Amino acid sequence: MNEKRKSGLAANPFLKSLGTQQAIIVGVIIVLFIFFSLASVSFRKYTTVVTLCNYMYYILLMAIGVTFPLLTGGVDLSIGTGLICYAIVGSYVISNGHMPVGVGMLVVMIMSLIIGFINGIIIAKLDLPPFITTLCTMMIVRGLGSILTGGLSGVWPMAGSAGGWCRSIFKITVGKTIIPIGIIWMLILIAIMSIILRKTKIGRYILAIGSNKEALRLSGVNVVKWQVIAYIISGFFAGLAAIAYACTFSNITPGTGAGLELDAIGGAIIGGTSMTGGSGSIVGTLLGVLVISLLKTGLPYIGLQANWQQIITGLVLLAAITADMAKRKKAA
Amino acid sequence: MGDVILTMKGIDKRFPGVQALSGVNLEIRKGEVLALMGENGAGKSTLMKVLTGIYKKDAGTITYEGREVEYNNPREAQEDGIVIVHQELNMMGHLTVAQNIFIGREPKNGFLIDDAKMNSDTRKLFQQLNIDINPKETMSKLTVGKQQMCEIAKAISHKAKVIIFDEPSAALTESEIEQLFKIIRNLRDQQLGIVYISHRMDEIKKITDRVTVMRDGCYVGTLITKDCTKDDIINMMVGRVIYETPKTESHVPPDAPVVLKVEHLNAGRMVQDVSFELHKGEILGFSGLMGAGRTEMARALFGADPKDSGDIYIKGEKVEIHTPEDAVRHGIGYLSEDRKRFGIVLKKSITENATLTCLPRYCKGVFIDKNKEKQVTKQYVDTLRIKTPGIDQLVMNLSGGNQQKVVIEKWLIGDSDILIFDEPTRGIDVGAKQEIYELMNRLVDEGKSIIMISSEMAEITRMSDRIIVMCEGRITGELDIKETSQEQIMHYATLRAGGSDNE
Repeated sequence: MNEKRKSGLAANPFLKSLGTQQAIIVGVIIVLFIFFSLASVSFRKYTTVVTLCNYMYYILLMAIGVTFPLLTGGVDLSIGTGLICYAIVGSYVISNGHMPVGVGMLVVMIMSLIIGFINGIIIAKLDLPPFITTLCTMMIVRGLGSILTGGLSGVWPMAGSAGGWCRSIFKITVGKTIIPIGIIWMLILIAIMSIILRKTKIGRYILAIGSNKEALRLSGVNVVKWQVIAYIISGFFAGLAAIAYACTFSNITPGTGAGLELDAIGGAIIGGTSMTGGSGSIVGTLLGVLVISLLKTGLPYIGLQANWQQIITGLVLLAAITADMAKRKKAA
Repeated sequence: MGDVILTMKGIDKRFPGVQALSGVNLEIRKGEVLALMGENGAGKSTLMKVLTGIYKKDAGTITYEGREVEYNNPREAQEDGIVIVHQELNMMGHLTVAQNIFIGREPKNGFLIDDAKMNSDTRKLFQQLNIDINPKETMSKLTVGKQQMCEIAKAISHKAKVIIFDEPSAALTESEIEQLFKIIRNLRDQQLGIVYISHRMDEIKKITDRVTVMRDGCYVGTLITKDCTKDDIINMMVGRVIYETPKTESHVPPDAPVVLKVEHLNAGRMVQDVSFELHKGEILGFSGLMGAGRTEMARALFGADPKDSGDIYIKGEKVEIHTPEDAVRHGIGYLSEDRKRFGIVLKKSITENATLTCLPRYCKGVFIDKNKEKQVTKQYVDTLRIKTPGIDQLVMNLSGGNQQKVVIEKWLIGDSDILIFDEPTRGIDVGAKQEIYELMNRLVDEGKSIIMISSEMAEITRMSDRIIVMCEGRITGELDIKETSQEQIMHYATLRAGGSDNE
């Protein structure tokens, strides 16, 4: 509910609607952009935007999805290896099964929904801890993709080949310029999920589960159902992320993907989603993911390796969690 | 009477939406038992929490052994010799008695814990207090009374100079209370300063030397116990002579239909073969000591906890209630004794809390009709006279009484006809308490039926049309309000299986 809290930036209605933490994140993003632009000539090129988008799509999709379990006070660790698993199975259906790309995508989505549902049922019905449950499914799906394809890499159609249309879902080339039209899909999804979170009973119940699940249950609400739905949403977006990943990078290496979920969860938390659930927003998640993606694409330009990116992301995340704790202490 | 050991002066404490303490004074003397009295919500516990550093005071001074002190946490207070024996026990059930008493300061034998020394030290401590408990016994195997003895022993072992007992007798049997008093007298004779918080008038007369009374977060006055009467204390507590006149006659017409019938309800150890009927427009009081199984009975009835067996009939029809969802569908509402954990969502607005039970009715498809939702919330906020700047206010910023009204609002909007009020006025100040009572009376006048669980005898005798008394999970008595006395209720409340008063 930090959106409703007064901030020093109350004069600007846009920033006011974001809340203090998000306003800070917007500041961080601007500072990062300026910093990278000053530090590196090559960062200032248009292609940076394209690279940034390539990395951002799948993290953002996972992050939007995982925001929902986080809001219930849970977590979904299975989305990272899940992404790779679904993408590999999709590629298998397309190349070995000689199916159209569309069918491959359908299989990806069905699988992701099933894994989401399984996570949800185990967590909500059997009342197991979300962290452990999804840690287990994370390991299971990691192995599953490799087994199905016999350990071979998966390849999605390249531009120009049959089914290559999937390459142009997220970016199209006009003349010599690449236009990352995926941004449009992202904005549409963000709008839809924001509305679901703020204006529908799905969102209301999911937020309430994170705030006080027992009070909700004793109000006669079927909390099991809504908790399962949160994990289905998470699975669904992991599926979309798998498609985004496959359509952007084509090559899928089995057994990878562990760690991707941490970028997504980190993004959501940097964006103001409370670790204990109950508060957060999709726009916040977008901003958090922007920070992570900026670091991921920007740091190599100033000569820092991926390891540095992880250290810095870790520090930013720590700052975000500290802010969340301070906020909750103040509230209590 | 000894010297003053601790003085609190002009203590102020504010919480969001409520002034919990204003200008409270308190004086504790060596070798004396001071009773701290007041209604629920008068601020007794808050004052003690300020003293021991759980809360920070906003104003005032605390002088202890001649110097001004301010503790940041209970540990600091404890190291200084001020300890509190809480109403709720803070023991680790899986550890032994000795391990609990010496937790955090275990005697060491090189790197290892010296269990032998710990056990013998505990035994010495118990001898000093005349307690007969085996130090090696696992804590969870002891009765509540004995656990409390351990808690006291732990307090003493900290070289305490001031001990605060926060309603220590609430969960004890008669014989356990006797033993507790023996220990307290013993401590008093050792020149400790003792604060005794309790609602039980007879205990105050028996054990204390002076009485300090609080009302609505204010200091009212201090009396010498042996020079005052029960009524003097009560007058100071409520600020009026007549204290919650008991109902003398049932308000329910004899031909009122039965709206709820429970038959042979069993749920675990705490609910054994419970059967009763609730009539339309009736307030049915459930009395008993703490741990008598009343809350467990209510939760099993409401489907919050699983039940082993039993049939439930609503308006003559047999219904299956396995989850709270089922109960709500059949028009039952449950107001939990622990409002903050089970009743409301603290960090959400009044509106969001108000429609929790029946959100689908305020939806168009999947979308919430926020206008309609606000309209109904506003309407009930007005009729229930909930004091709030607006319906978007977070519930955590409301006072206890207003939070309770939000819970009531939730059930009224949810169209519940049978309301289970579990300790409806716990942690609520006197004025709001009165309003909750009036509200309950209004609800039954409008044809709703109420089951009221209460540990406050005065509340039970004032509100109920009929009283059921429970003890150890069983119904031990049913009384018409016409022929009820508090002594009678007490008799049934301690009527243990096997007829013995001892454990």
